[in-house]
Amino acid sequence: MKKSEKKSLIRIIAAAALLIACHFIPLEGIPRLLMYLVPYLIVGYDVILKAVKGILKGQVFDESFLMALATVGAFVIGEYPEAVFVMLFFQVGELFEHIAVGKSRKSIAALMDIRPDSANLETEDGIVETDPEEVPVGSVIVIKPGERVPIDGEVIEGESSLDTAALTGESLPRGVHPGEAIISGSVNMTATLRVRTTKEFGESTVSKILDLVENSSANKARSESFITRFARWYTPAVVAGAVLLAVIPPLFDGQWYKWIHQALTFLVISCPCALVLSVPLSFFGGIGGASRQGILIKGSNYLEDLGKTETVVFDKTGTLTKGSFTVTRIAPAAADDGRLIDRAAHAECDSTHPIAESIRKAFGKAPDRARVEKVEEHSGRGVSAVVDGSIVRAGNALMMEEAGIECAKASAAGTVVHVSENGNYLGHIVISDEVKPEAASVVSELRKRSIRTVMLTGDRAEVGESVAAELGLDSVCTELLPADKVKHIEDELRSKSQNGKVAFAGDGINDAPVLARADLGIAMGALGSDAAIEAADVVLMDDDLNKLTKAIDISRRTNRIVRENIIFALAVKAAVLVLGVLGVATMWEAVFADVGVLVLCVLNAMRALKTK
Amino acid sequence: MKKSYKIEIDCANCAAKVENAVKKLDGVNACTVNFMTQKLTLETEAEDQTAIVREIARVGKKIDDDFEISVK
Repeated sequence: MKKSEKKSLIRIIAAAALLIACHFIPLEGIPRLLMYLVPYLIVGYDVILKAVKGILKGQVFDESFLMALATVGAFVIGEYPEAVFVMLFFQVGELFEHIAVGKSRKSIAALMDIRPDSANLETEDGIVETDPEEVPVGSVIVIKPGERVPIDGEVIEGESSLDTAALTGESLPRGVHPGEAIISGSVNMTATLRVRTTKEFGESTVSKILDLVENSSANKARSESFITRFARWYTPAVVAGAVLLAVIPPLFDGQWYKWIHQALTFLVISCPCALVLSVPLSFFGGIGGASRQGILIKGSNYLEDLGKTETVVFDKTGTLTKGSFTVTRIAPAAADDGRLIDRAAHAECDSTHPIAESIRKAFGKAPDRARVEKVEEHSGRGVSAVVDGSIVRAGNALMMEEAGIECAKASAAGTVVHVSENGNYLGHIVISDEVKPEAASVVSELRKRSIRTVMLTGDRAEVGESVAAELGLDSVCTELLPADKVKHIEDELRSKSQNGKVAFAGDGINDAPVLARADLGIAMGALGSDAAIEAADVVLMDDDLNKLTKAIDISRRTNRIVRENIIFALAVKAAVLVLGVLGVATMWEAVFADVGVLVLCVLNAMRALKTK
Repeated sequence: MKKSYKIEIDCANCAAKVENAVKKLDGVNACTVNFMTQKLTLETEAEDQTAIVREIARVGKKIDDDFEISVK
């Protein structure tokens, strides 16, 4: 508890004790008024002061002013205990609000506590502790165990493991070796690393993420704007109601005391605090909770929209699949496995094509270059070479056809490489992109939430359709150019329902226009990819698809909390207004209800921060 | 030019009021006040925001006596 909070707590307790004491002291007239003024001023002097300042500045609908007016009004009509109680309870609410907001602000700040304080820069005079912002690109920094990586860079010496939990939500540490790129914000765990920086601090991952989170709530959710708009007319309307209630009925029945007393009830609940505070607090909590899970959401509006997702459009490569090619089948025609893969690996020994790399990986050994001569690449077909003196061809069906070699019809989903030696067909190798292990369960989880799944891919029809069938997607479009993807998104946007949203999940490579065009652009595995962080509305820090459903769940939960708060607060206020007019509720009940609503709404809003 | 400033503001309702008041100032294209992060994001026509920030400090003080805006 801060000093100011402690002070205010002491004032509240003192005033409460005095109020109870006053109740038992039988004084009448002016002495009684003076007696009650003591606890009133103890607990409320700052409110009165603020109210006076407010009036001088022309702020009529200021909450301090309204509270002061209500309580002074109560004094005027002789309801002393009521006046003190209202002020007392109002202060209890204020204190609670301060503590709650401070707490949640602190817990979110702790989540985002990834800002490195210093970097150990290697200079000619040894290691110097420097401000990360002053480290130029290409310098060498030393990161000791337990320290946070301050700047993105490449390991030049040392082997260690990195804790990236603060960035990705992934609790398993990641091993790093010389030559590997490491990102700032992760914590070095086991051994000292020497790192050559590849970026400036301002361009490093950690700065980008912090910027993003700090500015995230600049984009306000619709329910947030609704509440601020509502607050703007709510207070004047309730105050106007109070004036009417105090003046009009007594003109007919002459019961001034009774009606003024009831009008004061209106003033007590004229502050829309519970609403104005709890809605942004909920969204803030949701965004904070999500970032702890490695899900960065760029604004309250996106958090709100995520829950309304009707269709998720996926990119295939790198999103539903791993984006790395592996040999999935070796089908020899006659020869044994070893001969087929051996010839293929040697023919492809110099190629940097991903397919060649995957064949070499499947071969398991480094190809012996001395055995290979006369390598020729045939664009759009494959490669030919002389291996151990015999002509080896490795390529697609077209290549075989042109060489007059009959090859097996391979219907597998993936890229098929046929291999021949001296005109004899050896068999074929199937290379495909592996589907991510969690992809199928994520698709079915989305279906459980009544979300349609669509896949767009530039890949061949057989490949795309087989992946779609394997995962159980609702719809698939294949052989698309990047521009076609944008068109498909636009079709989806046209066919969605009015409040539904279309999300696009991609890895951020080549799909920035699509990310931007969809209602919600979700970039996967974005750690280290600046373009994706820029273009997307929601950034999943690693490429685990489960985060997508998690993000949608967090959003739905936050939206539900916001809705609960709005309905609850409005219902209670409306009830008190009605009961106030009827003369059932007095200021006692009104202030009790008002502070109660505030407390409950804030507690409810803080639930948004807790994510599993 | 878009920039964010650290502010000190006491209540959520005041934050909304300050935001509306700043939006009405001359030369301000957009403004959001974030009560939770205590930040004011300001977008202006002009490159130099010092004059407008001074004006915001005045307007904010009028709405909430504890309002502060710090120029980084």
